[in-house]
Amino acid sequence: MANARADQPALTVQELSKNFSGLTAVENMSFELASNEVLGLIGPNGSGKTTMINLISGALKPSSGHIRLYGDEIAGTAAHGIARNGVARTFQIVRVLPSLSVLENVAAGGVFGHSRHWGEALKEHARSLLVRVGLEVADDTTVDALTYIDQKRVELARALISDPKVLLLDEWLAGLNPTELKTGIELIASLRVEGRTIIVVEHVMDAIRSLCDRCVVMNSGIKIAEGTPKEVLAEPEVIRAYLGDSDA
Amino acid sequence: MTNTKVTSSNATGTEKRNLAIGAIAFAAAAFLPLFDTGFWLATGISLATYTVLATSWAMFSGPTHYISLATAAFYGIGMYVVGGGVGHLPFPLLVLLAAAAGAILAAIVGLATLRLSGVYFVIFTLGLAELIRQLMSWAQSTLGSSSGLYVLTGITEPMIYWQLLALAGLVFLIGWRIGRSRLGFALRIIGNDETVASHIGIDTARAKVILFVVSGTVAAITGAILAPRLSYIEPTIAFSPMLSFLVVIMALLGGAHRLWGPLLGVVPFMLLWDLISANFPNQTTLLLGCAFLLVVYLLPNGVAGLIEGLLRQRRSADG
Repeated sequence: MANARADQPALTVQELSKNFSGLTAVENMSFELASNEVLGLIGPNGSGKTTMINLISGALKPSSGHIRLYGDEIAGTAAHGIARNGVARTFQIVRVLPSLSVLENVAAGGVFGHSRHWGEALKEHARSLLVRVGLEVADDTTVDALTYIDQKRVELARALISDPKVLLLDEWLAGLNPTELKTGIELIASLRVEGRTIIVVEHVMDAIRSLCDRCVVMNSGIKIAEGTPKEVLAEPEVIRAYLGDSDA
Repeated sequence: MTNTKVTSSNATGTEKRNLAIGAIAFAAAAFLPLFDTGFWLATGISLATYTVLATSWAMFSGPTHYISLATAAFYGIGMYVVGGGVGHLPFPLLVLLAAAAGAILAAIVGLATLRLSGVYFVIFTLGLAELIRQLMSWAQSTLGSSSGLYVLTGITEPMIYWQLLALAGLVFLIGWRIGRSRLGFALRIIGNDETVASHIGIDTARAKVILFVVSGTVAAITGAILAPRLSYIEPTIAFSPMLSFLVVIMALLGGAHRLWGPLLGVVPFMLLWDLISANFPNQTTLLLGCAFLLVVYLLPNGVAGLIEGLLRQRRSADG
């Protein structure tokens, strides 16, 4: 995780756009993510946050613009190439591998990506990450036997095992009950303490306030605000985007 | 294959035992031609042929869930390489050339189609076998003098049987090795969720093409080995779509999610198929269709899945 080039931003997004046959989902977005920073990507539903994550992770190819990971252009690279370069992610709707055991689910992230292991070392590493995310179960537990938050833990461990330079968490806290939410926020807070470089897409305001160093606010595919959580949440345009014109 | 614990690096006791059982079974099977060179040897050749084809088919289609109907295309190419080269080049060299031709064709087809979703892949592979068959027919009728090729060699039935048996052994070894490798793990992940696979760094297209090439190469070698048995090959026999369908049904009947699964489908199905072809020669296609429906509805995970289910029940009853 320690990176040699801490002087430059971990991720630079520059004039990035994405059109889906005429519909512009992301328009001319630019922002930077510093090393060891937790950046919140927020905005109302349909504002283009997940599209933004998909562009960074390579699930979608940008129509134009640049994405640089520690200076190296990754825009337009295939998803597996971006993963190998050190970007890991979780998905808005949890994606575990149903026919693999819990341990194999986590191990899967540590074989082909940024940091690679195999054999006993891989197994050991996967176990330690399961402990890290707070899930202590037998190696051969099936993932469908897990609760929703535990499946999310598995997905997080699968991302962490590759020791990513940049971690993308797409609504990792969504769908959790109040008790789980508290645990979830603590878990992500502990990643922040570790010095991870993270972009979180979130709707949970408590989480944004307590976790994020800075926020980028999107609405209808464009950036409408950027700053500390406190600053951006006080901006009239952000309030308008969330609540509508009449309430502003 | 898919059950192999990816994270274990040394062969376990069970694996050693399975390997020993497999070796003994192959050794025993090798003695067949010494006892009978008629009906049972012919049955043995059929069993070995379909074991090779169904097992190698499942090595690709089992984990990825891409249904390939191109077996006949590769098999036919293998046959035609031998048919065209026999008398000019030594037979072992022809088998190698057939393997190369199958590998190249599989690589081209794989690169062109494996980026597509499963449905398009199925249609394309079915069309491919048909296309090559038509091309061969056209080429022979315009360039050649007859509709087929003579393959006259001194290769006897027992020799063909032993070659197929050796190939089957090789296929099982390759399958076992892949199942324990990073490539095997990658394919299982692709079969579970291709989006996740690419996001954890797997070059999904590359992994699929490699396995498709292995599977296509094996089918081409099988065709090459069997060419001398037919003496006279023509496109309708070499590129028969029935072959592709039989391979799929047998692999699914046995269970495509295990390396040893297809074998469990090949043996009962071949014996039944011989009965059907002998007694109802005009209804084979109809009965093939019925067999396919029955397999899919009654045994979604094949005989292998059925056995595993029973074992699990017994274990939980014991415990």
